[in-house]
Amino acid sequence: MKDRRPHWSERLKVTLWTLIVPPTIWTGHFLFSYLWASISCAKAGQFATFPTLFVVGTVLALILIALSGWIAWNQGRMPGGSTPHEDSTEIDRLRFLAKSTLLLAGLSFVAVLFTALPVIYLRDCL
Amino acid sequence: MSLHNQDDPALRAAQEERLRAVWAPPKGLFLRWTDCNNNRVGVWYVLTAFAFMLFAGVLALIMRTQLAVPDNDLVSAGTFNQLFTLHGSMMMFLFAVPMFEAVSIILLPQLLGARDLPFPRLSAFGYWSFLLGGVFVGGSIFFNAAPDGGWFMYPPLTTRTDLSGLGADIWMLGLSFIEVSSVAAAVELIVGVLKCRPPGMRLNLMPLYAWYILVVAVMILFAFPPLIAGDILFEMERLLNWPFFDASRGGDPLLWQHLFWIFGHPEVYIVFLPSIALFAMLVPTFSNRHLLGYPWIVLAAVGTAFLSFGLWVHHMFTTGLPKISLAFFSAASEAVAIPTAVQIFAFIATLWAGRVTWSTPLLYATGSLAIFVIGGLTGVMVAVAPFDWQAHDTYFIVAHLHYVLIGGTLLPLFAGLYYYWPLITGKKLSDRLGRIAFWMLFVGANITFFPMHFSGLMGMPRRVFTYPEELGLGGLNMASTIGAWLFAAGVAVICIDLALSPRRSKAQRNPWGAGTLEWLAHPDDEDWGIRSVPLIESRYPIWDQKDFVKKVDEGRFFLPDAEEGRRETIVTTVLDARPLAVIRLGTPSVIPMLTAIALGGVFILTTYHFYWAALACAVATLACSIWWLWTGTAEIPEKPCKPIGHGMDLPLYMSGPAAPGWWAMFITMMADATAFSGLVFGYYFFWTRHADFPPMAMADGPGVYWPMVALALGGASWLATIAAREVHARGGVGIARLLLVMGIAASLAGIGTGLVGPWTHGMDPESHSYPAIVWTLVIWTVAHAGFAAIMQSYALARSMAGKMNPQHDADIRNVTVYMHFFALTAVVAYATIGLFPVLS
Repeated sequence: MKDRRPHWSERLKVTLWTLIVPPTIWTGHFLFSYLWASISCAKAGQFATFPTLFVVGTVLALILIALSGWIAWNQGRMPGGSTPHEDSTEIDRLRFLAKSTLLLAGLSFVAVLFTALPVIYLRDCL
Repeated sequence: MSLHNQDDPALRAAQEERLRAVWAPPKGLFLRWTDCNNNRVGVWYVLTAFAFMLFAGVLALIMRTQLAVPDNDLVSAGTFNQLFTLHGSMMMFLFAVPMFEAVSIILLPQLLGARDLPFPRLSAFGYWSFLLGGVFVGGSIFFNAAPDGGWFMYPPLTTRTDLSGLGADIWMLGLSFIEVSSVAAAVELIVGVLKCRPPGMRLNLMPLYAWYILVVAVMILFAFPPLIAGDILFEMERLLNWPFFDASRGGDPLLWQHLFWIFGHPEVYIVFLPSIALFAMLVPTFSNRHLLGYPWIVLAAVGTAFLSFGLWVHHMFTTGLPKISLAFFSAASEAVAIPTAVQIFAFIATLWAGRVTWSTPLLYATGSLAIFVIGGLTGVMVAVAPFDWQAHDTYFIVAHLHYVLIGGTLLPLFAGLYYYWPLITGKKLSDRLGRIAFWMLFVGANITFFPMHFSGLMGMPRRVFTYPEELGLGGLNMASTIGAWLFAAGVAVICIDLALSPRRSKAQRNPWGAGTLEWLAHPDDEDWGIRSVPLIESRYPIWDQKDFVKKVDEGRFFLPDAEEGRRETIVTTVLDARPLAVIRLGTPSVIPMLTAIALGGVFILTTYHFYWAALACAVATLACSIWWLWTGTAEIPEKPCKPIGHGMDLPLYMSGPAAPGWWAMFITMMADATAFSGLVFGYYFFWTRHADFPPMAMADGPGVYWPMVALALGGASWLATIAAREVHARGGVGIARLLLVMGIAASLAGIGTGLVGPWTHGMDPESHSYPAIVWTLVIWTVAHAGFAAIMQSYALARSMAGKMNPQHDADIRNVTVYMHFFALTAVVAYATIGLFPVLS
């Protein structure tokens, strides 16, 4: 059988740093939301009537999280090793990190949605 | 050395003799306290934290007795204030956090098959700092000088010297000192987990306890420094009258609340996660199967850690912040319930799928989960802002937080106590007494705290020292008091059980039949940690790897000997635990204790305004640190490599990102940078609070010129150090020394030029929060320039003394890490104070 050329999403290296990419994006989005709201309330005295910037930031965060989750999904299904993938092998370590990243991406995605929800209901600073 | 050599019993005996000699503890009335082996320091640490817990518990009992009946006069209002402040502060800072560090210092090397953690002397230093600071803070109540502003010490009550006395200083300075020891422990634990795992223990095989500890230690790095920044501002206001929290001079008390709770909320998870981590160890043992959902637990730990930093404002829902901001924090507070629940479900699923042995530790674990879930549910309630407006500062909150902390920290620790006691002493505790105690604690906790939900909803505010009979709160309070005494009696039963332990006979090895590495420990404990460092192929090697215990015991794995008479352990790679090097560990020494005493002197003498004596102690601290580094670190080994068995040769020296020392510097500087960002937050926070900031009278601030000169000098110093490192690595020792001298000159010049800006613009820090925060940023930055000069001089001196050469350059590489962070600090600080006034 001919060797399959790995997809680009499989060639990226997962590490401890990539594991924390999705929650870091959540952190960035949360900080952005907090600063944006408190600065506009403090300096403009009001919250934006149509929060374009906020919507763009939220959509961007969601896309990035989904992307990292998708990469992790691909990496978590790399061929090799045997079930239940709990051995001391390179492939099992990689699958573990990928799966954890995928789970964190799911959590971060939901958490970003949670953060964004209030803007649908609240528009004033009081 | 081949496997066959280990067949020879005489060789094994000789190896054991050498190991025993190398790891022998120091003897003598005083010298025994200079030990730094994790098994001793860890036990001291645990016992001390346990003693502080009992002390703080007695304080709570006095409070509950005072509140038993209406209009009681057992203690005065002033004493009551000291009681609740000290109870909360001690339970948090002197019990919960140190206890996790203590338990980890004992367990982690065992779990990782390491002889010890990478910096044993740092653990000893952390312990002595903790003991000194703890006695200082806790003892203050005997002099009627304990802090009395509540455990979160809100200004202006606590910053105004006419409203609060010495107690506030004791709190700030005493606990700052303990925060130093927590950061030290974080460094030790992170490097331990990342770099000292046994060969083969890739990230996917790491015991979950180690995952939790890694996550929590990283959280400490980001949570404690903002509080240190807050402490600095707080003491500047109290000691120097710089008005950071004084609204009449442009300050804002809310700044303290932000800095405190950026620390305070993650803190809750910092004490919760390590306790729940104990479950991750004991649940598989008593389910007799692997834990289900390993990656899900990692998700839970990492996810909780991140989300917990987005919750701090839920302690400030009633401060009048914009509602949209409250809503963001409310949303994050609800989201954190997801990862918290995931790990609980993983434990339940494991129990469900396994054959459960109903042991005493498991009883504590399941009971604590029940209590924790109740606390978690009321937590979801108070995370909803409108509900919190009703419940804020009432006994409802007291009930909520005690359910969380007793279910999430205290009872899990008791579960761990019953589980791990045989590991430490070789003896089991009594199942009978343990179960009796459990039911007293479980029932006691519920009788104490459940009625508080109702007394809170009926309007009883927290922290009142008494209440009138007409409010109808007498019955509920009496129930709480009876419950508290029952709970205390349960703790007393545990203490009796512990006290009886020396009379009991030793248990067998691995009495619970567990599968994880730490249970290699022998009831007749040796000080060497582990006989040989194993090759790991499974998450539960004792269960899954053939003849595992025998092979470890017979020294058939790695590093079974101490030929050179040195304490050693193996350093491996972060992801895959491939062996990298053998490092020599610190040996018993009086230096950590002396350093802790000197540093304690700085904090304690400052409390009493003995500034010159405090300065002398600061100099002594610096001298001790340099003595410690000079004699104990980056030693050039007598030979480049040594065999560790199985035909493997490992180097004895490392520098750069592979070395534990480099990581320690990097981690310490992450904490330092976080503290700095707390101060910078202060600057921009004031900007959002004022229509004109800088105020019109000081519109050009410290000017642009001098801050930019200081920045340029900082940059020059940074570049000189990098150039020195590169040239040095290529053999240009002379040029490297010259570059270091230039770097030192630039750093020193940076101190002067940094101070010139605010000085020449007549910025009076007592007049307004603006000059005060500018001065604070400048002082922080020039102090770092001063440290840069000291470090560059250190590297230069090491080179001159022949302790550093192009093949052995750890010193200059570590100094460069410091310089990167220094450069970042200089850029942010000088851009903020120099350029921001021009832009805004």
